[in-house]
Amino acid sequence: MSRTDTVTRADVTDVADLTDLTPGDRHGRAYWAVADCWNVVRRGLTHYQRRPVMIAWQLGFPIISVLLYGYVFGGAMKSPDGGSVRDFLMPGMFAMTMAFGFMNTAIAVVTDASKGVIDRFRSMPMAPSAVVTGRGVNDLIIACSELAILAATAFAMGWRTDTGIVASLAAFGLLLLLRFCLIWVGILLGLLVPNAEAAGGLYVVAFPLTMISSVFVPPSTMPDWLGTIAAWNPISSTAAAARELFGNPVASDGSWIQEHSLLMAVVWPIAVTAVFAPLAVRRFQRLSR
Amino acid sequence: MDGYAVVAEGLEKRYGDKHALAGFDLAVQQGSVHGLLGPNGAGKTTAVRVLATLLRFDGGRARVAGVDVRCEPRQVRRRIGLTGQYAAVDEVLTGRQNLEMFGRLFHLGGRRAVRRATELLEQFDLVGAGDKGVGTYSGGMRRRLDLAASMILAPDVLFLDEPTTGLDPRSRGEVWEAVRRLVAGGTTVLLTTQYLEEADRLASRITVIDQGRAIADDTPDGLKDRVGGDRIEVVARDAADLPAVAKAVARVADTDPTTDALERRVHAPVTDRVAALTDVARTLQEERIGVEDIGLRRPSLDDVFLRLTGHGTQTTEEAA
Repeated sequence: MSRTDTVTRADVTDVADLTDLTPGDRHGRAYWAVADCWNVVRRGLTHYQRRPVMIAWQLGFPIISVLLYGYVFGGAMKSPDGGSVRDFLMPGMFAMTMAFGFMNTAIAVVTDASKGVIDRFRSMPMAPSAVVTGRGVNDLIIACSELAILAATAFAMGWRTDTGIVASLAAFGLLLLLRFCLIWVGILLGLLVPNAEAAGGLYVVAFPLTMISSVFVPPSTMPDWLGTIAAWNPISSTAAAARELFGNPVASDGSWIQEHSLLMAVVWPIAVTAVFAPLAVRRFQRLSR
Repeated sequence: MDGYAVVAEGLEKRYGDKHALAGFDLAVQQGSVHGLLGPNGAGKTTAVRVLATLLRFDGGRARVAGVDVRCEPRQVRRRIGLTGQYAAVDEVLTGRQNLEMFGRLFHLGGRRAVRRATELLEQFDLVGAGDKGVGTYSGGMRRRLDLAASMILAPDVLFLDEPTTGLDPRSRGEVWEAVRRLVAGGTTVLLTTQYLEEADRLASRITVIDQGRAIADDTPDGLKDRVGGDRIEVVARDAADLPAVAKAVARVADTDPTTDALERRVHAPVTDRVAALTDVARTLQEERIGVEDIGLRRPSLDDVFLRLTGHGTQTTEEAA
């Protein structure tokens, strides 16, 4: 019945008869969940193609941080175990960039939500999950390119790994895992805040959350109570695990959390995902309440 | 119900103990433009969002393009287009890229999506701007692109939620023109608006909604007849002159004039607009009555509401 209806309608619309408008229905739901996700990703990537400046903005902060901390403070800072300060800093910078990524997710989501784009998607016969999965895949692809550019910058500044390709890839994998779990935080926040300006205000929260960690200095150099918080910061676990895998100075003080950074760099993201993914999905479904 | 593209019966939507829709009924004839008229918070947007499958509802029944909204939302989504209060298009992409993206998400496949985008750019007069970023579009162009995006599958039913709010008069005219062309092509349109003029220009039938309930369903003319059509309005300079003004107005008016002493205003419905205005103006001049303002007023949404509900538009609480 649907077919005949659509065809009849197409006949009366003067231009519509040029193109057959019967949606492709040969495939099942799983196929469309993937295909629609990819179409949403394509849209996100086209943004970067249309506005290359966007990627420059997103990368500008970490690259400038790398340069600032590497050259401006690098000389004054002593590496915890006598190695190069830059070698200690770089994995921290990578982790920080991944951590700040949730802001980009949140801003993208709230922009779509406040402009009615998410409502349009929801009123279409596409797979509803693609709105969320498309965002996630898009952000992971961007995170990969961010890591590649940061690593190249770090390499140019003299940062080296000496543990081989497998360990290095594992380190990048853990960094992406951190980014992955924060996608859910970003989606949830994007659906909770009223507009992009409010999402921008999240920096006030994000900045200390990344600073109180082992990203810049070992927690052992902080006051005890602050050092403990910093050590248990999930970003610290990822940064320390990446340092270990890259063969860079780790500066562990021997405490349990710092001795188990590899384990915790997996456990933390899984825990964050376990909490925030259901919350984000529920929030998305609640749009129809 | 045959011949109806949208049928709603006793729709209920509650937020806590607040009723956004309280037994809302609607019947939209196939191939027509149906206006849904009401002030902010009357339940217009809630009704459209329920019918467009964006909101679950708590009670009642609704069928859109012959499909049950509650049981088969996916089937409904293939037969409808939705244009919300914001132009829901991607600002960064070009107009063409937007239409191609939405076409692929409507499962047309890459090649058909590309062809459909070209057709729609022509149909909505956006060929020249098709390859420019939407960020550079005017309000009217954005709206037309928005309309084009909701027409990708040439839907049976198109929901337009306040399509011209915030547009300048020229853009408004462009959007009205686009809507007329769609209807000529056979699409049924449900249009929500706060402007009686807009509903009057486009719709063949108007449902007035207040506090989540349809309080009138009529043709635009029928509705205006109920409100009393145009009226003449005189503001006296001196309150003491009000009886004399009322007498002058009564000579041309269809019913007894209403006097608002506080605002020194006398008004009454009239049929022969220009004759009434000149007659009253001459009388007042001959009797040397000081007049601060005199004129003809078209019935506004406020008037419709006052007449139909006994309260103005401001008293309806925000609930959208």
